[in-house]
Amino acid sequence: MLLQIETFLLVEKLILIAVILGISLFIAMYSTYAERKVAGFIQDRRGPNRAGPFGILQPLADGGKLFFKEEIIPANSNRFLFVLGPSIAMLTACMTSAVIPWGDSLTIAGHTIPLQVADVNIGVLFIFGVVSLGVYGIMIGAWASNNKFSLLGAIRAASQIISYELAMGLSLIALLMLSGSLSLRDIVEQQRQGVWYVVYQPLGFLIFLVCAFAECNRTPFDLAECESELVGGFHTEYSSMKLGFYLFSEYINMFISSAVMATLYFGGYSFPGMDSLHVSPNLLGILGIVALFIKIVLFLFFFMWVRWTIPRFRYDQLMNLGWKVLIPLALVNLLITGGIVLYLQQ
Amino acid sequence: MQALTNRAKAVNRRPMTFWERLYLPAIVRGLGITLKHFFKKKATVNYPEQKRPFSPVFRGLHILNRDEEGRERCTACGLCAVACPAEAITMEAAERQPGEEHLYREEKYAARYEINMLRCIFCGFCEEACPKDAIYLTETFAPSNYKRKGFIYGKDDLLIPFPEKAPEA
Repeated sequence: MLLQIETFLLVEKLILIAVILGISLFIAMYSTYAERKVAGFIQDRRGPNRAGPFGILQPLADGGKLFFKEEIIPANSNRFLFVLGPSIAMLTACMTSAVIPWGDSLTIAGHTIPLQVADVNIGVLFIFGVVSLGVYGIMIGAWASNNKFSLLGAIRAASQIISYELAMGLSLIALLMLSGSLSLRDIVEQQRQGVWYVVYQPLGFLIFLVCAFAECNRTPFDLAECESELVGGFHTEYSSMKLGFYLFSEYINMFISSAVMATLYFGGYSFPGMDSLHVSPNLLGILGIVALFIKIVLFLFFFMWVRWTIPRFRYDQLMNLGWKVLIPLALVNLLITGGIVLYLQQ
Repeated sequence: MQALTNRAKAVNRRPMTFWERLYLPAIVRGLGITLKHFFKKKATVNYPEQKRPFSPVFRGLHILNRDEEGRERCTACGLCAVACPAEAITMEAAERQPGEEHLYREEKYAARYEINMLRCIFCGFCEEACPKDAIYLTETFAPSNYKRKGFIYGKDDLLIPFPEKAPEA
């Protein structure tokens, strides 16, 4: 009997993992399309519109092209590390989706399936651990390609991620003071009952948002790639699907950080008036998933919108912003939040 | 130093105010501008499906004209080749034989007439030089080919198709 339940659990989790992985890859794929469309629209162009109706087959064409391109491994590179770099980038990008609650739960054939791969009680910590591993993908790849531009890009990426992770963590601590839990599902459930945390933590959210841009190496913090100065930065020497992995992992990272921001600050799968709706729990679960994905798509659009609006920061400006502005601000935010929480407890 | 024009502007080097140093107001304004462009009319013309209208004097690829009876007008006088600043036109003359009167208008015609479209600058001087109204520039443009050879247009490319002959009575 015990074994039966465990088999079911195993199958359930495997299916869930496959679905979530598939969805994140699908969304990342179409983010590349959306990015080009948004870029086009913002620049008064039309964007890709040749492959299929409205160009919706463009990602497939791009993927096909990347697969069939000649794969070049530089002669003086370290082959093992050269292959390891993009693999780590891809792996870490996909791993974070495990702890995000994608929806409430669905009841199928008498089994209640929570729509989350692992409801670990340190979910937030797990995400941070994995995200900061992501920089190794960039660093190893750049180091192995034996190219000064790549190395410069990697140095920038590493210092940038270290600087901004501090502010990100500090802004998050303020949130965790309110929630009192590191489990993402608990955080969402609290917001479902109360108000979205962005109302309590506007400054914290702003800091988190800026740091999320930096962590994803997105404009205005894309100094690691920096086409105009570093000819592509860390992926200068990469070609074919390895380059594809790097580019793809960037989009998966964007998707995941959108999901994390939606979960932490915008109520995740909950939406206002969710519990006053009198519909079946399954439908409610699906509506929750839809709500979460709408939030994610809006965040993704925001990422792209900002990319095509703001020019890149200079390196010293980046460091100034990180260390002299965001970290003190996050500390002040932490102090105020802590004070208010203490005052309210008395 | 005295300014050469009165358009010089003094650079404002005052330190940024706190509001400006926040970046955020400027960023929000920038986002507003890009969002406005998002909904603007697109400047792109969907080329193969949509075409921009040409001006009436547009100069595209050449054609060799025929007269009302379908005879070639060109007499291989060579004035177009002389007028051509890019030296894109080559021709070889031949004499009309008896029995070919329905093909060529005058006693002399161009046996070979070639325009190298890669040399041609589409100035239209050949059209102006022609005393027989034999060569015209059309609205066709953007030829494409895999080989350079394909851009040398011979008589079979240039000559307009033979008009429908009246049915023999």
